[in-house]
Amino acid sequence: MTRKQKRLSVIGGAMAFLAVASGLVFYALGQKTSYFYMPADLQTASVEPGQRIRLGGLVEKGTVVRGAGTEIAFAVTDQVHSVRVAYSGILPDLFREEQGIVTEGVFRPDGVFVADSVLAKHDENYMPKEVADGLKETGLWQHAQ
Amino acid sequence: MIVEIGHFSLVLAFALSLVQFAVPLAGTRMGEARLVAVAGPSAVAGFALTALSFAVLTAAYVQSDFSVANVWENSHSAKPLLYKVTGVWGNHEGSMLLWVLILAFFGALVAWFGTNLPASLRANVLVVQGLVGAAFLLFILATSNPFARLDPAPLEGRDLNPILQDIGLALHPPLLYLGYVGFSVCFSFAVAALIEGRIDAAWARWVRPWTLAAWVFLTGGIAMGSYWAYYELGWGGWWFWDPVENASFLPWLSGTALLHSAIVMEKRSALKIWTLLLAILTFSLSLLGTFLVRSGVLTSVHAFATDPARGLFILLILVFFIGGSLSLFALRASTLSQGGLFHPVSREGALVLNNLFLTTAAATVLTGTLYPLLVEAVTGDKISVGAPFFNLTFIPLAVPLLLAVPFGPLLAWKRGDLWAVSQRLHAALGCALLAVALVWFFVDGAGVLAALGIGLAAWLMLGALTDLAVKAGVGKERPAVVWRRLKGLSRSIFGTAAAHFGLGLSVLGIVAVTSLEVERIEVMRPGDTVEIAGYTLRFEGLVPHRGPNFTEEQGRFTYFSGGVRAGEIVSSKRLYTARQMPTTEAGIATRGFSQLYVALGDATANDGVVVRAWWKPQVLLIWIGGLVMMAGGTISLLDRRLRVGAPSRRRARPARSAEAPAE
Repeated sequence: MTRKQKRLSVIGGAMAFLAVASGLVFYALGQKTSYFYMPADLQTASVEPGQRIRLGGLVEKGTVVRGAGTEIAFAVTDQVHSVRVAYSGILPDLFREEQGIVTEGVFRPDGVFVADSVLAKHDENYMPKEVADGLKETGLWQHAQ
Repeated sequence: MIVEIGHFSLVLAFALSLVQFAVPLAGTRMGEARLVAVAGPSAVAGFALTALSFAVLTAAYVQSDFSVANVWENSHSAKPLLYKVTGVWGNHEGSMLLWVLILAFFGALVAWFGTNLPASLRANVLVVQGLVGAAFLLFILATSNPFARLDPAPLEGRDLNPILQDIGLALHPPLLYLGYVGFSVCFSFAVAALIEGRIDAAWARWVRPWTLAAWVFLTGGIAMGSYWAYYELGWGGWWFWDPVENASFLPWLSGTALLHSAIVMEKRSALKIWTLLLAILTFSLSLLGTFLVRSGVLTSVHAFATDPARGLFILLILVFFIGGSLSLFALRASTLSQGGLFHPVSREGALVLNNLFLTTAAATVLTGTLYPLLVEAVTGDKISVGAPFFNLTFIPLAVPLLLAVPFGPLLAWKRGDLWAVSQRLHAALGCALLAVALVWFFVDGAGVLAALGIGLAAWLMLGALTDLAVKAGVGKERPAVVWRRLKGLSRSIFGTAAAHFGLGLSVLGIVAVTSLEVERIEVMRPGDTVEIAGYTLRFEGLVPHRGPNFTEEQGRFTYFSGGVRAGEIVSSKRLYTARQMPTTEAGIATRGFSQLYVALGDATANDGVVVRAWWKPQVLLIWIGGLVMMAGGTISLLDRRLRVGAPSRRRARPARSAEAPAE
């Protein structure tokens, strides 16, 4: 091969490679990301049952109900609207009433949010950033912190 | 008084770092040797002052001097001594001080060991180090002063976040920072080369040991952090593709690429400009990591004590250094001499392939990590990019790279013979395929993907051994000759083989635990048993217990293998009294490389407790692989050829510049 051909083969290979990689990235960004909502956002946004989202807010006072085994139900609120959440598993250590949390999962057709993960960070002052921003937008921030 | 000395010496260190930046820079410009000679002593003195400042803060922690706000916020008189010391960097201010201390340490190392460098190159490297140091010292002094006082002094501290009260805090941040900041030396070398407008094979020879050292530390820091999160967070996960994890993984990926491209540059004088760019990018990614972790702009499960306002300052530092170095690169790179070309099928070609995969992988991880910020800035929507994204984009890039790894070291420089190399790898390929078949047929629950993944791991490990065997002449020579040749191989060959073998071990652990893990979540009452992966786990009951600064409920478990009592597991729920903060301490029993992992959940109404138990097959191999990679890097570092600052004089001379006489 001549010098030019060598150079072209390397550059061509790299380009093809990058094309494949960017294709993967764009596909994955379209398919594998989930949107974050506060309960108030859900009044206007249309979220289909089965569509994976993250739901954040405060654990509403007096709504935590332990069911049989590892079942647990609670409501997530932004102090105006609230959404019922069902979860099965172990809750984070810092899960408690009026604590800011982020859950991830899908809506059942009956409007209950079935979470497969519940996050509360390991710092007692912690408020998930999205929840804090959401509360600031609605002017309810001072209550939480 | 002593505390003020710490603060004052930090201010002096800042002033000195400005001297370290400005004076030698002027010296090299004006050709004034005496000004150039300021670089070394000021770097060493700057390190001494920063170390003094750090020692003062440590003393304040050890003595529980709560008149220092930082100590009051993060310490407690009842805290064990180890955590008083490690608590120094278990908070924002202290961890930034550690960052700067390590930066000054590396600057001093360059000053000490760089006596063989051309004087102007050494001075320019220290100039850049000085500027980076000045920026971060200013950041600490202006926004994050760890020495601020409280008056009146509180009687008791607020204690360190319990999650951080662990041996992990003693190891993980220092190792990680040694890695992050170690790449600053490569960065400084790259910028110095751009300032000087000259780069040659000797440059790569000086940069390689620093890259290797930083890489070893970063590998250790990531592995340690992963294991710590695994046992401490109680979720049984070892990697979450969390922004903070990605922030440490990005410089690792590009640092690994740099490690390999520097070989090409040293041996073949090719890929010069690319290596330079990688050195700049790797440290830029380290800075980005520092910014992401310290500013809390991305939601992470690992970030502690973040502060968005101070994040802006780091962002400015980030923009200045990345923008500045890349602009310099754009202006000056074209003046550097081009390297030679080579045949695509060759050792160089293989290393280019490695770089292509690693940098593309780094780019995809970077995209996924920053995409939520971008979307939020543009549309206001809050999205999260989680594990599914990274698994879909990273794994397809990693697998072909891993398949290619065994070929690399066996290919000849300049023009390799792929066919001949394939024949040498016949045995390794055969054994790897055998491993696939065995796993598929004999391991319960193993699907095709698990079997192929384990085959891939076997291929990597056997490939590394094949490399050694081929180079020692196994099968061609008598055993005595093989032994002699094996002893005669250079350490960097052993280092390569060990690092690639370690990579295989990690892959084996990752594949095994991802595909063969078993999980049970049950409500258990005392006497209840649960079956998991051939073990019977019996809950004995909850026992209250008292630690130095916490109270806990210990869940006692006994586990049986084939009806025989095999051991006990204690898993507890702790309450740290000072902060009234609960934590979960997972109970872990190690069986070979596998682990039985038990975490307690909440108590239920009828006297039971939620128990989450996992069987984690071969999970320890993930981190053992990391240790073997570190060992590989260390062995390479001990190669005579690479000894820090020991390039032969004969080679160093042509690079020495005329206007700056040596020493």
